[in-house]
Amino acid sequence: MIEALPPGLILILGALAIPLLPKRAQPFAAVVLPALGFFQLLLLAPGESHQLHLFDLELTVVRVDRLSLVFGYIFCLAAFLAAVYALHVKDTLQHVAAMVYVGAAVGAVFAGDLVTLFVYWELTAVSSVFLVWASRTEAAYRSGMRYLVIQVGSGVLLLAGVILHASATGSIAFGQLIGDDGLLATASPGVLLIFLAFGVKSAFPFLHNWLQDAYPNGTVTGTVFLSAFTTKLAIYALARGFPGTEILVPMGVVMTLFPVFYAVIENDLRKVLAYSLNNQLGYMVVGIGIGTALSLNGTVSHAFAHILYKALLFMTMGAVLHRTGTIKATELGGLYKSMPVTTVCCIIAAASISGFPFFSGFVTKSMVIAEVEHLNLTWIFLGLLVASAGVMEHSGIKIPYFAFFGHDSGIRVKEAPWNMLAAMVASAALCLAIGLWPAPLYSLLPFPVGDYEPYTAAHVLTTFRLLVFAILAFAVLVRTGIYPPERAGVNLDFDWSYRKALPALLRRLAAVGGAVRRAVTVAVETLLGRGYRLVYRLHGPSGVFARTWDTGAIAFWAVVGLLGFLVLYFWG
Amino acid sequence: MSDGRKRWLDEPRNVDRLFYGLVALCALLAVSDLGSGRHFFATWEGWPNFHGFFGFVAFWCIVIAGKHLRKLLWRPEDYYDD
Repeated sequence: MIEALPPGLILILGALAIPLLPKRAQPFAAVVLPALGFFQLLLLAPGESHQLHLFDLELTVVRVDRLSLVFGYIFCLAAFLAAVYALHVKDTLQHVAAMVYVGAAVGAVFAGDLVTLFVYWELTAVSSVFLVWASRTEAAYRSGMRYLVIQVGSGVLLLAGVILHASATGSIAFGQLIGDDGLLATASPGVLLIFLAFGVKSAFPFLHNWLQDAYPNGTVTGTVFLSAFTTKLAIYALARGFPGTEILVPMGVVMTLFPVFYAVIENDLRKVLAYSLNNQLGYMVVGIGIGTALSLNGTVSHAFAHILYKALLFMTMGAVLHRTGTIKATELGGLYKSMPVTTVCCIIAAASISGFPFFSGFVTKSMVIAEVEHLNLTWIFLGLLVASAGVMEHSGIKIPYFAFFGHDSGIRVKEAPWNMLAAMVASAALCLAIGLWPAPLYSLLPFPVGDYEPYTAAHVLTTFRLLVFAILAFAVLVRTGIYPPERAGVNLDFDWSYRKALPALLRRLAAVGGAVRRAVTVAVETLLGRGYRLVYRLHGPSGVFARTWDTGAIAFWAVVGLLGFLVLYFWG
Repeated sequence: MSDGRKRWLDEPRNVDRLFYGLVALCALLAVSDLGSGRHFFATWEGWPNFHGFFGFVAFWCIVIAGKHLRKLLWRPEDYYDD
């Protein structure tokens, strides 16, 4: 019976029932729902179902294949872990929003047509913003509004693209949208708009700031949910619609590189993680751009591993924020003394994201890099190597070092609550398990993995060399005092354009508009005043046209006229 | 707020030990790259300890670049009036 429902709907309908439950039962319902969702996925058979006829459109609400299933599995798994992490939360709004959000994301990856995708796409935006607003601060409210505008805007782009695409091709099927040449230049306007919509949610360069703006403003538990779904839904959509799109390869490299520099100088550790998330998306985008079986497997497996270690990183930083009340690097340090389990979990997540051998990132990211090597894409390879050193810097070292080690802030707190610890330990165990036994994950990937083997002596040793020497660089920089100390403040990014420059421009335009309006008003008033005075002068009580005319004068002029007529008559 | 207990890492000598251990590990990794005879993606990748050297230099450059970038991009916390 459960398999009769479209995937994701269990979570959405269940979420709507959560407020009806007693307050204490609500967090547990949020744990059960993703478990049910996961169980449902196990029962699904590949193929298309739930065809609906809506106006002239044939909707395929459910399409089950290997690509959608692997994203469905990890979405339910991540939601389950995040819900365990949020078991102590007494806020109904957050539980409902999180489950609708997860349900929408799961529904979206099983959508067989673009209209269904659009509906779920917008639902993820509208539901997830409440995880930001639930912080109930002015900053969170404003940040959430910006997030909502951008996310809904992405949906509007998607809808516009779908309409154009459908009118051009007569099809709303969600399959490969890019042509076999992999060039955007030959793509139709509809496909370009859809690409842009996916790009906004994937945090392409210059479209990325909603991520670093909203995620650090989310609630402690809400940000763990946020980190898992929106961007990975977009990665799924890109992998489905745009595999082999050439521009994605250099774009992905830029995505891996530029956030690295921001992460170095950022003081808010959850914002560092948001930049780091952006950087990890870059590897996935490169894999989609290459578009071969190995690189797409790399993208999908990296998304899978990334959801777990990124959620774990946000969990550990959330635990720190929950216990200490701050997440600023300048105010933290030495927490390993009071939060040892959280520290170990953070180090495991840091090792995983950095791609250390025996941790999850090593067996997934390397598939993309191996294909880059195989295709002799030298500059791309070098870019990704630099980015790997960058990941080591911001997520491998900076996050654990400044929160748990470094300068001892003197803060002594209790270890994280049991439910947070349970979720963190389980996530850390999964990060290790994937790293040590990648075969089960490989068996879920969309294409057969074949003879790809991550654990060759050369691969393990070169990776160790890169990362351990990077750690040495950090140690030398710190010991010599060259490493820049953390500093409270904000760093300008592209959001400056719409948070400062655009409002300033609008204010300036409003000021100029006001001046013009005043000048026009004065000119019109002056002209009207003059006109009024002229009319008054002519027609007023003493005006020439208002004067009483003497009838004697008219008689006189009539006589003059008649005389003139007489003279002319006789003359002629 | 501090509980005053001394941990192993509180001792500067132990931090030094960790550092020299790291240096020794790097030396070992560098030496292990001599004559490995594996297939190289490009000639430069075959240079002894290329990845180690690259990792060190890339990390160093990222941090220094970030340091300079901060001069350009840093603003006070209330810059956006949020």
